[in-house]
This record gives sequence, C-alpha cells and structure tokens, in this order.
Amino acid sequence: MWKYVLKRILLMLVTFFIICTICFVLIRILPRELPTDKVKQEQILARWTALGYFEPLPIQFWIYLKNIFTKWDFGTSWYIEYNKPVTEVLGKRLLPTVLVNFYSLIVSIPLGIALGIFAAIKKNKWQDHVISIVVMLFVSIPSYIYAFLVQYFIFFKLRLIDTPTLYSIADVGFDPSEANAWQAYFTPMMFKSMIMPIISLSFGEIAGLCRFTRAELTETLTQDYMLLARTKGLTKGQATRRHALKNAMVPILPMIISSFIGILGGSMIIESIFSIPGVGGLYIQSIQLFDYDVFMLDTIFYVLIGLLAGIVVDISYGFIDPRIRMGER
Amino acid sequence: MSNEDIKIVDIPSEKFEFVNSGDKIHDTKFETKPIGYFKDALIRFCKNKASVAAFIIIIFIVLFALIVPITTPKSKATVMDTYYKKNGPRNVVLKESLGIMGGAKNLEQNERALILEIAKGVGAEFNENTDTITIGEAMNSYYQPVTKYSYGGENSLGVNSKAFYNVKIDTYLSVGFEYIAIEQSKYREIIEWEKETGLKVIYPLVAENEYCIDSTEANYWYKTTSKGVPVSTTKGKDTRLEFSEDLVLEDNYLRDNDGNLVYYRYSGGGDANTAMYQVRVLYYNYYRYMYGFEPNYFLGTDSQGYDLAYRMATGIRLSLILAVVVSAINLVLGAIIGAVEGYYGGLTDLIIERIKDVLSGVPFIILATLFQLHLAKQVGPLLSLIFAFVVTGWLGTSARVRTQFYRFKNQEYVMAARTLGAKDSRIMWKHIFPNTLGTLITSSVLVIPGVISSESMLSYLGIATLGDAKTTSLGTLLSEASKLWTDHPHLMIAPAVVLSLLMICFNLFGNGLRDAFNPTLRGSEE
Repeated sequence: MWKYVLKRILLMLVTFFIICTICFVLIRILPRELPTDKVKQEQILARWTALGYFEPLPIQFWIYLKNIFTKWDFGTSWYIEYNKPVTEVLGKRLLPTVLVNFYSLIVSIPLGIALGIFAAIKKNKWQDHVISIVVMLFVSIPSYIYAFLVQYFIFFKLRLIDTPTLYSIADVGFDPSEANAWQAYFTPMMFKSMIMPIISLSFGEIAGLCRFTRAELTETLTQDYMLLARTKGLTKGQATRRHALKNAMVPILPMIISSFIGILGGSMIIESIFSIPGVGGLYIQSIQLFDYDVFMLDTIFYVLIGLLAGIVVDISYGFIDPRIRMGER
Repeated sequence: MSNEDIKIVDIPSEKFEFVNSGDKIHDTKFETKPIGYFKDALIRFCKNKASVAAFIIIIFIVLFALIVPITTPKSKATVMDTYYKKNGPRNVVLKESLGIMGGAKNLEQNERALILEIAKGVGAEFNENTDTITIGEAMNSYYQPVTKYSYGGENSLGVNSKAFYNVKIDTYLSVGFEYIAIEQSKYREIIEWEKETGLKVIYPLVAENEYCIDSTEANYWYKTTSKGVPVSTTKGKDTRLEFSEDLVLEDNYLRDNDGNLVYYRYSGGGDANTAMYQVRVLYYNYYRYMYGFEPNYFLGTDSQGYDLAYRMATGIRLSLILAVVVSAINLVLGAIIGAVEGYYGGLTDLIIERIKDVLSGVPFIILATLFQLHLAKQVGPLLSLIFAFVVTGWLGTSARVRTQFYRFKNQEYVMAARTLGAKDSRIMWKHIFPNTLGTLITSSVLVIPGVISSESMLSYLGIATLGDAKTTSLGTLLSEASKLWTDHPHLMIAPAVVLSLLMICFNLFGNGLRDAFNPTLRGSEE
C-alpha cells in the first residue's frame, strides 16, 4: 500500500515537473512589452537581467528553479500590482476563492447526498423523476447562465441583497493595504454579498453529487447482500443505512475529497461574474495585462491542484475500503 | 402412466416407418428479419422518449442555424445600424395584428418625457396643408412610438413629488427624428424616393430660438421652455401646456422670410454633387430608404446593431461545426492511438501511457490560453482553439479503445484470423475495432456538449475571441450581453436559451445512445 502511494507521488512529481517545464518555455518565449514610463522601464529591465531573461532558455529555467528553491521567489508582478512578489499577489487572492467555494461545498454536500439517497430509495416513482429532470437541467446548463438568473432574481427583482457583486475590502470598512485586511472576508456584510456566488456554485455541485449518489446507491440496493439483509430480518431502512449506504459511499467519498482540493482553484467564470478577487480572476487579469510571472505561478498552481485531486482520489480508495488493494495486477 | 409406457414398448418393429424419408430437409428461412447490432440499438434508442425528443430539438436548432442565413437577404445580414442597436424583437405584421413583438420596452416617464415621446408621432404626421393634430389623434399614427401609457402615480423621490406614467414604447420608432448631413444628389434621390413610395423622409428644420432647448436634438420640433415643458405663444405671452388627450403642440419650424418652411440647410461643399445639406429626417423612413426594408427583427438586434437572429444562426453554426470537427478528429486520433496501444501492448503501451499522463495533467483552460497566445496571430483564434481541443481530447477515446483491444485481442477468433495469415492491420481494423464502435459513437456525441460549453466559456472569459463582423459564437454573444442584459434582456435570453437547450439535448441524446449501445442493459427496462 505505502509502496504504491510512494510510487504514485513520485510519478506525479515527475509529471508535474515536465508540465511546468513545458509551460515555462511556452510562457517565456511570449513577446513582452515594456511600459512607456522610463523609471519603471529601468526597474523592470534590471530585474529581468537578474532573472536571466536575455540568456538561453535552459539557463533561464535554471535561474527560475534556483530562485524558487533558495528564496521562494517565483518572479515579480509588474502590472497587476507594481513590483510585488507574485507569491504575495496570489496568496492574497487565495482566501476569497477558498471561502466562497468552501461555503458552497458545505451547503451542497449534505443536500446533494440527501437528494441522491431520496431519489434512489424512491426509484422510478414521481419523486425520482422530478429530481432526475432537475438534476439533468442543472448538470447540462453552463453555470454562468444560472449565475445570471440568480443575480437577476436576488438582486434586480427581489432586491434581497444590495449589491450585484462582491463587496471590496474597502466597502466593508477595512484598509486593503493593512495586514488585517483578510479579516474583511469574515464580516457578516461580506458573507451576505457572497451568498449569490455561493448559490450559483452550489447548483452544479448539488446536481452532480445527487446524480452520482443516486447511481451508486441504486446499484448497491439491488445487490444480493441486500436481499440477505432483508431475509435475516432487517427493516428496509436498517438494511439501507447499514449495508447499502456504506458500500455506496466508497466511490462518493473520494469525489468529495477531490472537490475539497478543487476549492483552491475555484471557478473562473463565477469569479468574473461576481467580481470575486480570487485566483480565477487573477488568471484572467494576468493574461489581459501580460503579467507573465503571475500567469506562470497561476499555471503551476492549477496544474498542481489538478494532479493532487487525481492522486488523492486514487489513493483514498485504498484507505476508505480495505477490500480494494491498490497497485495490484 | 405405466399402462401407456407398456403400450409403446409393445409396438412391433415392422410397424415403424421413416418420416419423410423421401424428401430433402432444408433449414426453413427465418420468418423475421435478422436484427443486427446497430438496428437493435436503433430500436432501443427509439424507445427512449426523452432522447428522441432531444434529437428532434437538436434537428430544429440545426435547421434554424441553416435556414435563417439562407432566408435572410444579404443586404439585411450585413446591416449594422447604430441607431437600432440593442433593440428588442419586432415584426410589423404581428405588431399591428396581435400587438406583440413591437420592439417594446416598458418605462416610467414623467409628463415632459412622455410628451416628447408622443410628439415624435405627432411630428411624423406633419403635413404642410393641414393643422397640427392633437396628441390623442397622434396615438393612432403608424410612426407613434408610444403603444400604451397609463397614469402611474406620484413619484416622491425628488423634492417635489411628480406624476409619472407607465409607458410602453416601440424602441425602433422612439429614435424619432435625426439631423443628418447628406450630399445634394442624395437629397434629390430621397425626394424622388418619397414621390415613388409616398413615404415622408425629410421633415422641416427646427428654428434655433429661445423656444428650442437643444439644437442638436431633432425631436424638439415644438415650442418649449428652457426646461423642455411645451408652451403656447399664440396669446402674445408664453403659457405652459398641460398634458391631455386634446393637447395641440405648437410647432417651432424654421421659416424663411416669405414664411415658407425650410427643409435643408447648406453646410458647405462645392458643386451640385458634393454640396452638403443638413436635413432633418424621420429615422424610421430613412432606414427604409437606405436598406429597402422595414426594421423587422424577430429576435431583435444585438449590441452592435446586427440582426440578432442572423448572428445567433451563425453563432450556432460555428459552435456546432467546431464541436463536430473536434469530435471527429478526436475519434480518429483516439481510435488509432488506442488501437496501437492496446494491440501491441508492452513498451509501446507504456510510453504512450506516460505521454497521456503528462497531457492529462495540463488543465484545459491553461492549454487553451497558451494556444491562443501563441497561435492566434498566425492561424486565427478558431484554428488554435481546435488545436487546443485536439491536444487533450483524444485521451478519453483512446483509453476506451485500448481497454476494448485488451479485452478482444486474445480471443479465439482473433487467433483463428492470425492463423489464417491475416496481417496485423487487418486484425486490428476488421476484427477487433468494430467491437469498440458503439462506445466510440456514444463518447463522440457526448464530446459535443463539452466542446460547446468550453468554447462559450472561453469566449465569455475573453480568452478566445471568435467574434468579428461576419462570424460570432454563442459565448461571444453572451459575453457581449453580460454587460447590457439588465436593460436589454432579449440580448441574453435568446442565446442563453439556445445554448442551454443544445447542452441539455446533446447530453440526453448521448445518454440515450449510450444506453442503446449497451447490450447488458437489454431487457432491463421492460
């Protein structure tokens, strides 16, 4: 088991390194432009020379890696925030993304699983059909379309919330330049403005989870051991709870774990609609403003999250269900 | 029982005779037609009502995308009129007969704004030989922008509470009059056209005096105070006019020394053809003169002034062609690579699997961005988007083909074929590959909604910009609408509905195909 985990992690690191190398090369060879401001020009040029921008690519990559491992220096942001380390720029945007997605997961996991179980128990009755149709709608329709609907009804029609997008830190009464600015995201006022993105994110999550749970549970409910459980005298509820649900959870739990890793990445489109100052928004900004060091770090970040989510799912199967022996042929 | 047994035993052997010993025995033909794999799938697919309905809706959307560009005349498809941008659906016939699709928009207006709106209709009915008509009479005018108005109550937002009206206007007619500069030759052309059709385009100019509040706004043809309230000067002094059905507005047209109305103002230029005239036109009729048709747009106009239905048709076409091309390329690539991997196994398999590991680790959005940044200038955004889809798109297909090849390559019939001397390529494509067809078709149909939604997401985020004067995509239309849709909901509704329908229907259709091609599900529905 541990041997398998180690092997998977090593393989993942190799893959990660290869992808990062390719992305580094592709991003470094993009044409760059200097701002017209003379002072800024000199500053940027000095920094670029230090980072080896005018050397051959392998040397540039070597300097990049060396800086990361010795100084944790991933480069400098010039356009999004002037002359700031990109790690700081990204780090600041991590909190809103994580918070919004975390709230949405907290809402959607219990709801999604509960609806899925309900649909599976009522299989082929009208309740199941209604749930299936709604789930089909929400799985198929792109999330930004119902984000607009949510915005329209909650903000424009009913006026339940007095802002169509997220409040900025200054709106809530904190100074963005101060160190305690992160506290702004925990104020009730900010939470209220987060409700719309949370709802928009939850629809898809609930629908996906519900469909998955229903599929898994209907399969376990028809297994032979369920018949045995009923024969030995368990009620339908007891049998479902103790036998079917436990077995159905084996594939569901890894999915939930991976979505918890996924909250780091967030959803670009929801972030851009509700102007959440998050990682996804940063990605779009960095492309539009040609801030390539930020773009590179964001790329690394997304690649890492994707790979981690995949590996955690595979490994967690073995931990959740001891019957599954990983890495055996 | 026992008695009968004995009876049979007792039959003497000479009594036996052969049944049909004389005639030849043939296999009787099947009375029913044989049902092959695909026919069986078709039968089971037809039983799935939701999938069939989805398929029909897809056909309708495709037909829409094909028919609209054909039926739209070329002159209309290229019209981009800035006065008529962002306007709602309109059709004159339906507007006159049923009162729907009138380019309608609901507003809350105060008295002054309502008079200005209705006055556009009064002004359009202007005739030199008759008196100015009342507001009530003008409500029946063909060019009347206000289709309905009712008293809405008092609005107490300001210092003084003011009456306001709920007004429903035709946004196309609401443009009213405009000042434009044209050459003298064109002016004559318009006069000719007016005589031919009996429609009035050019209206008298407005005098620039103390009763004209804005000399650039062509709709203030009546006398107003400096705040825009209509006045009457007949009794020697200014009296403010109140809003009522019988209100007659007093015109403020420019007259020359003899008292004749002035229709153009010379604004420079040399000879007869180049001399520039400034004229005041009724835009609705000017539009008809310029393009030769009335502004009928059954989905309205888009944010730039193009026909939205035409734009949507081209958008759907682009999205569908993109999706089908990507799905087809993925099918071919995935099938070849998966077949090679699965058939040869060993080192080949190992190497390709590692390459696939690396490729599957790259998030699609990053891939698409890098392709756009590097290739969009050389080969265009559409081609680079297709490249991005193709680079990782074949992974899923090849995985499916690979597992099928592993399953079938060691079966007896394959061994038999090899013993008979079949080449590798023949075994791969003739003997093993057909087993994978069902899953392949299903997966390539299910790729289509994925591609459409990714494409619309990328264009929405501005990473891939597919829209230009000629083509556009559903995502671009939505992205354009996203900034304006609270005031102009029709911009958002039509593309959003079509996109959602496409996604739902392709998913349902794909799921139906998957169930139909899966023989293990056979009989489980009944």
